[in-house]
Amino acid sequence: MTQVPRLHLTRYVLLVACILLFVAATDCAFAQPFGVSRGPAPPEVGGFTGWILAKQAEFYRTLSGLIRAAKADGSAAYTLLGISFLYGIFHAAGPGHGKAVISSYLVANDETWRRGIVLSFASAILQAFTAVAVVGIAAALLGATAKAMGNTVRVIEIVSYALIMLIGLRLLWVKGRAFLRLLRGEQQSKHARGQGHHHHAHDHDHAHDHHHAHGHDDHHHAHHAHGRDRHHGHAHSHDHDHEDDASAWGHAHAPEPQELTGKHWLRRGLAAIIAVGLRPCSGAIIVLVFALAQGLFWIGVASTFVMGLGTAITVAAIATLAVGARGLADRFAKARPGAGMLLLRGLETAAALVIVFFGAALLTGYIVSERLLGV
Amino acid sequence: MLRIFLVALATLFIAAPAQAHPHVWVTMRTELVYAPDGRITGIRHAWSFDDMFSTFAIQGLDSKEKGRFTREELAPLAKVNVESLKEFDYFTYATADGTKVALTDPTSDYWLDYNDQVLTLNFTLPFKSPVKAKELKIEIYDPTIFVDFSFDKQNPARLVGAPKCKLDVQLPREMTFAEGKKLSEIPANEKNTTMAWGAQFANKLLVHCP
Repeated sequence: MTQVPRLHLTRYVLLVACILLFVAATDCAFAQPFGVSRGPAPPEVGGFTGWILAKQAEFYRTLSGLIRAAKADGSAAYTLLGISFLYGIFHAAGPGHGKAVISSYLVANDETWRRGIVLSFASAILQAFTAVAVVGIAAALLGATAKAMGNTVRVIEIVSYALIMLIGLRLLWVKGRAFLRLLRGEQQSKHARGQGHHHHAHDHDHAHDHHHAHGHDDHHHAHHAHGRDRHHGHAHSHDHDHEDDASAWGHAHAPEPQELTGKHWLRRGLAAIIAVGLRPCSGAIIVLVFALAQGLFWIGVASTFVMGLGTAITVAAIATLAVGARGLADRFAKARPGAGMLLLRGLETAAALVIVFFGAALLTGYIVSERLLGV
Repeated sequence: MLRIFLVALATLFIAAPAQAHPHVWVTMRTELVYAPDGRITGIRHAWSFDDMFSTFAIQGLDSKEKGRFTREELAPLAKVNVESLKEFDYFTYATADGTKVALTDPTSDYWLDYNDQVLTLNFTLPFKSPVKAKELKIEIYDPTIFVDFSFDKQNPARLVGAPKCKLDVQLPREMTFAEGKKLSEIPANEKNTTMAWGAQFANKLLVHCP
């Protein structure tokens, strides 16, 4: 409980917050930047971003030529797949691939980096699958127009954004309440200490001591927090703390052994995978339609899935960064039982807020993730 | 450990500003139309879309002859294009002697052509009230970079009916990595006064009249 870990902790919590903010910033494009009408201010493209933009544009624009070439020469298909992969990696740096939602979700839910990677890949593959399904059914089978496809995508978008908002609200409810309760407990505990009581002198039996017990819990928690299933470990050790660590999906009961080994979190994460992966990437849809017009739909399908793999790598890398930073913050939180937990809970609440903001802003059209122009 | 993260974070922040990525590339040919009295009356655009977007846009449209489309067959699509461009101010901004000038919705004589698998949208944006200016500036860009605009190499722009005026086409150019890095080193809360980047990366038409 020296000053040093406290400083570090604040730094790490800020770090996680920064990463989420950054990811949030790259993940959206404001439809009407803060309601200000767009004046003639030419866009200025920053260095690294400019380079990423230029690269992904370069890759994307090679795709049409390669699809055409694949028609005559099968070996061009391999080049096409290679370029599709690179395009996916660079492309995911732009908006519309759920980096903010996935990263915030992982931070709020205190998931491991391995789970982050699984979520990133699952949502990216689902995204590729939706694109193939939309073009395959609408264009290839039904001969629908670009406009009809655009409308279909819009419906999918609404479902996806609503789902993102629901996930955020659910997380906010659970994490926000835990944060507030801890905040109140912390204040009471300080009060109690001010009166000269020794921290540990209170017995759990005291009626007024419920909140005080939190400080104690968190101390305890610090020693339990090593495992991958920190959630359950915690919920398990302190019954009355149940709600605090309840997962967003209400599985706050003591863990069954099989949950500790794995599948449980996936069920929880499924909603996040669907929310993020449902909305197809506009680029993939255009590539698929182009491939279809060349009579090479399957080449387009392969390209889309490889693109999805590339996208997943970028999203997973960013998600891992967010989870890693949170992990560091966790470590320092253990050294500062009371304030440390409070900061962590605050961070989780903030991460949940980011998800709510995203869902709401996308749903209301305040931010757009991608648009299909004029069709 | 902290250092690794800070480095990673710094890398991310160099990439900082939120940028979309284009899915549509437009090659422009633009004509500035003048009245006999020397006032500019309108901007006539011919925008050719890239081959992938062109193919996407015509997906599912019926035509008498496979792979060929008449203007009539493309008329409904042209209508949708032009109507949805309204929301984005047609990506066209005019300034006369330093004052922003209003443009109105396109005249009804707009159409789409489909040649060599490329779709071209032709439309004219009239000035709300024709203006006479010593220096007229027309900029065409998408602030969100969903659409990537560039002038046609051979015929970027020309003046129609303004014999005494001089047209200057300023093409945007790619920012080099070094330039981008230098720009990113200017703190976000400081106004960029040392490098006039905007001018170099917009598609700009400048008309000087006596």
